[in-house]
Amino acid sequence: MKIVTANRLIDGEVVWLGAGNAWVGQVSEALVLDGKDDVAAALAAGLASAERREVVDVYEVDVTEEDGKLVPVRLREKIRAKGPTTHPELGKQAQASQA
Amino acid sequence: MYRYDEFDQGFVTQRTEQFKDQVRRRLSGELSEEEFKPLRLMNGLYLQLHAYMLRVAIPYGTLNSRQMQKLAHIARTYDRGYGHFTTRQNIQFNWPSLADTPKILEELAEVEMHAIQTSGNCIRNVTADHFAGAAADEIADPRPYAEILRQWSSLHPEFSFLPRKFKIAITGAPHDRAAVQVHDIGLQLTRNEAGETGFVVFVGGGLGRTPMIGRKVRDFLPEEDLLAYSEAILRVYNLYGRRDNKYKARIKILVHETGLEELKADIEAEFAKIRYGVLRLPDEEVRRIEAYFAPPPLEVLPETDGAFEARKAADAAFAQFVAHNLNPHRVPGHVSVTISMKPIGGIPGDATDVQMDEIAAIAKAYGHDEIRISHEQNVILPHVKLADVPAIFDRLVAGGMAEGNSGLITDIIACPGMDYCALATARSIPVAQRISERFGGADRQAEIGELKIKISGCINACGHHHVGHIGILGLEKKGEEFYQITLGGSANENSSIGEIIGRGFSSEEVVDAIETLVDTYLGLRSSKEETFLDAYRRVGDDPFKEALYGTG
Ligand code: SF4
Repeated sequence: MKIVTANRLIDGEVVWLGAGNAWVGQVSEALVLDGKDDVAAALAAGLASAERREVVDVYEVDVTEEDGKLVPVRLREKIRAKGPTTHPELGKQAQASQA
Repeated sequence: MYRYDEFDQGFVTQRTEQFKDQVRRRLSGELSEEEFKPLRLMNGLYLQLHAYMLRVAIPYGTLNSRQMQKLAHIARTYDRGYGHFTTRQNIQFNWPSLADTPKILEELAEVEMHAIQTSGNCIRNVTADHFAGAAADEIADPRPYAEILRQWSSLHPEFSFLPRKFKIAITGAPHDRAAVQVHDIGLQLTRNEAGETGFVVFVGGGLGRTPMIGRKVRDFLPEEDLLAYSEAILRVYNLYGRRDNKYKARIKILVHETGLEELKADIEAEFAKIRYGVLRLPDEEVRRIEAYFAPPPLEVLPETDGAFEARKAADAAFAQFVAHNLNPHRVPGHVSVTISMKPIGGIPGDATDVQMDEIAAIAKAYGHDEIRISHEQNVILPHVKLADVPAIFDRLVAGGMAEGNSGLITDIIACPGMDYCALATARSIPVAQRISERFGGADRQAEIGELKIKISGCINACGHHHVGHIGILGLEKKGEEFYQITLGGSANENSSIGEIIGRGFSSEEVVDAIETLVDTYLGLRSSKEETFLDAYRRVGDDPFKEALYGTG
């Protein structure tokens, strides 16, 4: 399983490609991709968005499901999805706990 | 204290304007990311894991309270209320938006600060001893020379596209606190028999993927030849340094592959050609720049102070602070105070906006408005009256900055690691925090004595792990963080690169492994005076290996 991620151009905020090729701010809302064609299509949509100057650094990320939740496989991506492990009050993890 | 002259102010303002326009053109689509990225990097703006990161230069680590207040203001207004002091005496902001960056640079320019030469394959911000201009053991203040080098290297047309980045460090004292032997060029001020000032010159030191100690190329370089000789080194490097392989592009590799004698001959030949040209440093020029760094007028005072001594006797925390965080000053009755940015269990080098403001206020009240950032990620008040230390300590206690741990096991250097850095292979900060907690008891730290632990989150070695008495390098193995330990590194006048002790440790195991090493040291040291590094150098690897892996 894969998802597509990027950073927003204007402020660097981490985003993932969600339904309807819209960028979303929580990994849980990312569109899960199975199979090469889906990934290629999502990457193409991401790159087109980069062309429109919405995001930079578009790439794919491996994910798994843990307790029904979408979790990136690599630690780097886990940290991007949450925020610095040293600052629980900052980044996505803070937004998630407020929500 | 150095002030920007008109040229610099104009130059920085112009650069800020340029960047503002570049950001505008990026946002409007005139510039692609490919075109824009090198431009933003030239202005210290990186894209990290969660956001952009802005690296602001603090030349030779020197700043005044107005500048510190500006950094506090930026942290509060454009960031998340804190900044991170780095091993290059810079400060990094972790959350600025691209849209705000031109405004931040404008604000910095108001206090004569900028982010130029903090990135790219140019000559980077020159670093210096953080006790410069104050230390009792100093031959001369190294900062005027650092400034001369900065002026020479700023946007030097010939050296803006070097094979790779180029770092220069300078120390004015025989005891090297600026790690000069692990820089591309390391300069150590010295005097010859005639009493003239000059430099011992080292070339080709560096950490990263291929750590090397700099090789001495000159025992005595006369002051007037500083720029011509530096230019000669840079020219030889620019000509012969490898551009085919990023990992082999630093001058250390050139020194290694060409051989010291041949390279020295090349440098001397180039130097002979330009020695008497425009780069010769006239005495008046050096003295003129020196005047910018003129020390504040300091009264000679008694070597001891009654109230200070009484407090020391009555207050253990104060005594601990005095034992570790004061450095001898050249003027009697004064000291340099290290403000530890390493609270127990805290994040090495992080300071909140409130703390920055408080440091500025203390510097104003007691420190002649002078502040330094050390490459060990602490803050220094270079000129303080001994009699004022109790009052300063009280304010530091209130601000959570009074840990008396300078040079001890909890005074850990750690790079941002995977909590922020896009290049990281593992986290650094949480390991530092756990070690700090494990050894944080005042008695335990004091018992262990001087021990420098340095942690990097990848092979780039921003945390200087190779020169830690204990170095920790975070790597990734099968998707998990794992940590390689080196022993015996040092970055002072007897620099050495640490040796890998054996297989690495998981995140869960690594703090226990450090404790095993420390306990082993405590068990075998010949006396309390024998530091970890001395003991290691005496007994070698074996007892530590045995303790860790039971290989005996
Ligand atoms: S050592 Fe690696 S992880 Fe640490 S700051 Fe440098 S590049 Fe990033």
